[in-house]
Amino acid sequence: MPRTAKKNPVDNIFSLVTAAASFSIILLIIGILYVLVSESSLAIGKFGIWKFLSSTDWDPVKESFGALTNVYGTAFTTLLSLVIAIPVAIGIAIFVTEISPNFLKGPIGAAIELLAAIPSIIYGMWGLFTLSPIMSNHIEPFLKKIFGAVPLVGILFQGTPMGIDILTASVILSIMIIPFTASISRDSFNLTPSVVKESAYAIGATRWEVIKNVVIPYSKLGVFGGIVLSLGRALGETMAVAFVLGNNHRITTSLFDAAATITVTLANEFAEADTDIYLSSLFYLALVLFVMSFITLAIAKFFLLRAEKKYSR
Amino acid sequence: MKMFLKLAMALALVFSFAHAEAAEMLNGAGASFPYPVYSSWAYDYNKVTGVQLNYQSIGSGGGIKQISARTVAFGASDAPLTPEQLEKNRLLQFPAVMGGVVPVVTIPGVKAGGLKLDSNAVCSIYLGELKYWDDNRIKSLNPKVNLPHSEINVVHRSDGSGTTAIFTNYLSGVCPAWKNKVGAGTSVKWPVGIGGKGNEGVANYTKRTPNSIGYVEFAYAEQNKLAYTLLKNPAGNFVEPNFKTFEDAAATANFDPKKHFDLWLVNAPGKHAWPIAGATFILLAKEKTDSNKKVVKFFDWAFNNGDKKAKELVYVPLPKTLKDKIRAYWKANGI
Amino acid sequence: MTREQIRKTEGFIALALSTLAAFMGLFWLVFILGDVLVHGIKALKLSLFLNDPAPPGVEGGGLRNAFVGQLLITVCATLIGVPVGVLGGTFLAEYARGRGIARIISILSDIMVSVPSIVIGTFIYAVLVRPIGHFNGWAGAVALSIIMIPVVLRTTEDMLSLVPWTLREAAFALGAPYYKVITQVVYRGAATGILTGILLSIARVAGETAPLLFTSFNNSFFSLDMKQPVASLTVTIFQYAMGPYDNWHAQAWAAAFVITVFILLLTITGRLIIRWRYK
Repeated sequence: MPRTAKKNPVDNIFSLVTAAASFSIILLIIGILYVLVSESSLAIGKFGIWKFLSSTDWDPVKESFGALTNVYGTAFTTLLSLVIAIPVAIGIAIFVTEISPNFLKGPIGAAIELLAAIPSIIYGMWGLFTLSPIMSNHIEPFLKKIFGAVPLVGILFQGTPMGIDILTASVILSIMIIPFTASISRDSFNLTPSVVKESAYAIGATRWEVIKNVVIPYSKLGVFGGIVLSLGRALGETMAVAFVLGNNHRITTSLFDAAATITVTLANEFAEADTDIYLSSLFYLALVLFVMSFITLAIAKFFLLRAEKKYSR
Repeated sequence: MKMFLKLAMALALVFSFAHAEAAEMLNGAGASFPYPVYSSWAYDYNKVTGVQLNYQSIGSGGGIKQISARTVAFGASDAPLTPEQLEKNRLLQFPAVMGGVVPVVTIPGVKAGGLKLDSNAVCSIYLGELKYWDDNRIKSLNPKVNLPHSEINVVHRSDGSGTTAIFTNYLSGVCPAWKNKVGAGTSVKWPVGIGGKGNEGVANYTKRTPNSIGYVEFAYAEQNKLAYTLLKNPAGNFVEPNFKTFEDAAATANFDPKKHFDLWLVNAPGKHAWPIAGATFILLAKEKTDSNKKVVKFFDWAFNNGDKKAKELVYVPLPKTLKDKIRAYWKANGI
Repeated sequence: MTREQIRKTEGFIALALSTLAAFMGLFWLVFILGDVLVHGIKALKLSLFLNDPAPPGVEGGGLRNAFVGQLLITVCATLIGVPVGVLGGTFLAEYARGRGIARIISILSDIMVSVPSIVIGTFIYAVLVRPIGHFNGWAGAVALSIIMIPVVLRTTEDMLSLVPWTLREAAFALGAPYYKVITQVVYRGAATGILTGILLSIARVAGETAPLLFTSFNNSFFSLDMKQPVASLTVTIFQYAMGPYDNWHAQAWAAAFVITVFILLLTITGRLIIRWRYK
C-alpha cells in the first residue's frame, strides 16, 4: 500500500469500512462455529463426542440420538457419486482439451459449466419425477439381474428396487458435481507446457500415451484439488437428494435401500424437533457437517494452491 | 450506478414497511392431517373477513415445537398433549375436527375398498415380518383377490407426525409385539420402509411405488384416488373408512375440558367404528391473549360455518355439545 | 498383435471413452433442461402469475405470492450481500494488497463459497428467528446474503487485481487520495467484471432452497411484509413437488421452468460479458 505524505481522514474511514467488510468472513466463520457449538452443548453434554459419532440410534421417542446413520449415509452417497462422476469428468476434460476441434471447445466447456448453474431443487424435482421411475422400472431391475447373484458384489444389489434409494440419489449427485472436477481438470490440463508434450510426441508417443503419461501426471495436483472440491460440494447437497433418498435412519449395504444423510435429516426434521435434546442433536449434526465440509474444502484449496504455484513457475 | 443503488435501497425500505395490503396475518403450523380442511377454511375466512390465516403443514411435531417456542400464533397436532406436558410449556389445547387414518395400498388390480386387512396383518407388515403380498395371513382374509408374489414396499412418515402417533397408538393397542419393540409417538424407530414428509409425502410415495402400503389421513386418500383398505375393528367387523364409521368412532368419546380434552379415539368400541380415528388439536400459548383471541375467532367462525366443507372433505365436525364445551373452555381461560 | 497395434487400440478405446463421457455430460444437460422445458411449458398459464394459491382440491390456484416473495427476498439479499462483498474485495485487492491477512481472508472466502447452505440456515434460525419469535423474510434474506458475500468478494478481488497498477500510479501522481483512486479510477476499470460477479452471485442464490426452509419459511398468502414469513418459489416447489396433488406437480414444474430460465439467462449473460470484455 502506497504511503502518502498526508493522512487523509476519508481514506482512513474508507479503509476501515472495507477492512470491516472483509473481516466479516472471519466473523462469519467464528460466529457459525460459536452458535453451532453452543446450540449443541446440550447434546454434547448428554452424548459426548465419541458416543454420538458411533451410535446408530436415532430415536426421538426414547430421546437417544447418534450421528452414525447420518454420517454413513452422507459418506456412502458422496463416495458413490464421486466414483461415478470422476471418470466422466476427467473424460470430459480430456475430450475438451485434446480431442475436440477448436471451435467446439468453448461451447462444450460452457455447456458443462451450465450443469453447475442449474439450481439443486431442479435436480431434485427432475430426480423424483423423471429419473426415479426410470431407475425403478428399468435400470435397477437390470442391475439386480446381472449382479444380484454375484458373491460379494451382490450385497449391493439386494432388496426391491423402488427408485427412492441410495443409487438414485448418488446418480443425481454425480451429475451435479461433474462440472467442478471437469472444469478444474480442463484448466490444469491446458497448463501443461507444450514443450513437455511435444517432446513426448517427438519420441513416438501416441496421443493417449501423452495424456496418460505426461498431461495427467503433470496436472495431478489440480485434478486432485478438483476432485476434493467436488467432494466438498457433494457433502453439503440437500435439495437434490431430499426428494429421492427415502429418509430411513439405518445402516444399510444395498444400493436399493433408503438411507439418511445429515443434510436431508436437517431439512426434514429441523422445523419439527419438539424436544430440546432433539433440536440440540440436530445442531450437533450441523456442527459435524460444517467441520467435515470445512476441512474437506480446505484440503481442496490446499491442493489447488500448490497446483497454482507449480504451474506458474 | 449510484443512482440505481439509492433507488433500490429506497424501494426496499418502502417494501419492508409497506402494509399496502394492510391484511392481518395469523401464522399457524403443524399437523398435515387437517391441512386440507384448515386451508379450505382459511381460504373462505379470508374471503369473508380479509384476515390471512397462513397455515403451514410441517407435521404435528413441528406444530408442538413452534408453539412452544412461540414462533407461531397457534400450533396444530393430532397427538394430544397430556395436562402435564401442557403445563410444562404453558399451553392451552382444544380439538378442532376429527378424521380417520387409513391404510392405503398400490397393488395392480386392487381398487379402493378391495382389500381386507386386520390388525395382525398391518402390524406384521410394519414390523417387517410379513414380507410378501400373497402371504397366507393376507390371503386368508381375501380369498377372491389376486395377490401378487411381490415384496411389500412399506411407506411411513419421516417427520414428527400426529398421524403417526394415532397410527402407532392403534398398533400398540392391538399388537403387543409392536408395543414392546417400537412403541407409539410422533416419531418412532421404524423397523422397515421409506419415509415421506407429511401426509403429502406418504401419499406421493405410495402412489408412485408399486406394491406399496402407507397410512394417510382419509382426505389425502380421497383427493389422490389412493386405494384404501378395509380394517377389522375391535367389534370384529370389517369396516370401510367413511363419514359414518368415523362418526361411530367419535360417538363414544368423552372429551374432558378439565384434562384439556386429552383423548385418543383409536380402537373405539362401536360396532361399526373405524379403528384408527382421531381428533386433531389446536395449541395456544397461554400468555398471548391478544393473538389467542384472533385465533379463537377464526375457529369459532369455522365451528359455525365450516361443517359443510369439513364433511365434503370427509372430516367429522365436532358435535354441538363438544363445541359448546370448547367455547366454555375458551371463556374459562380468559380468551 | 504387434506392440504398436496394442498401443494404438488402447489409445483408440481410451479416447473413444472420453468422447463418450463428454457426450454423456451433454446428454444429462439436454435431458434435464429438456424435461424442465417440456413439463414447464405445458403447465405455464397466466393464472400462475396472477393468482395466489388455492387450497388442495380447488382449481385455479397460482403462485403470484411465491414469485413476488422470491423477488423480494433475492433483492434484499443482494442489497445486503453486494456492498459487503464489493467493499471486502476492495480491501483485499487495495489496502491489504500483498499482505498476509489478504491471503488468509481470500482462502477462507473460497472455502465459504462451498459451505453447505443448510448449515447457514440453521445458524440464522438460532440468530434471527428464535430471538425474534417467528419466521421472517429478513432472516431468509440474510441467510442468502451470507452465501453471496464470499462469491462477490472473490470476484471483486480478482477483477480489481486485473486493473494495471500503472493506472493507479497515474491517479496518485495527480495527487488523488487512495479512496478517490479506488472509487473513480479502479472501480470504473473493473466495473464490468464486478457486475458480472454480482450477476453470477444472484444466479447462485436465486435457486437456493435449503437456507430458506427454516428462516423465511413459507406463506400461502400474498404479502410484502418482510417481518413475517414470506413465500418463496423454491420452498413452494419443494412443498408442491413432494405433495400428492397433480395440479401441485404441474405448478411446481412451471415454477421450476421459470426459475431455471431466469438463472440460466443470468449465468449466460455473465459469461458472455466476461468473454467480450476480457478475451
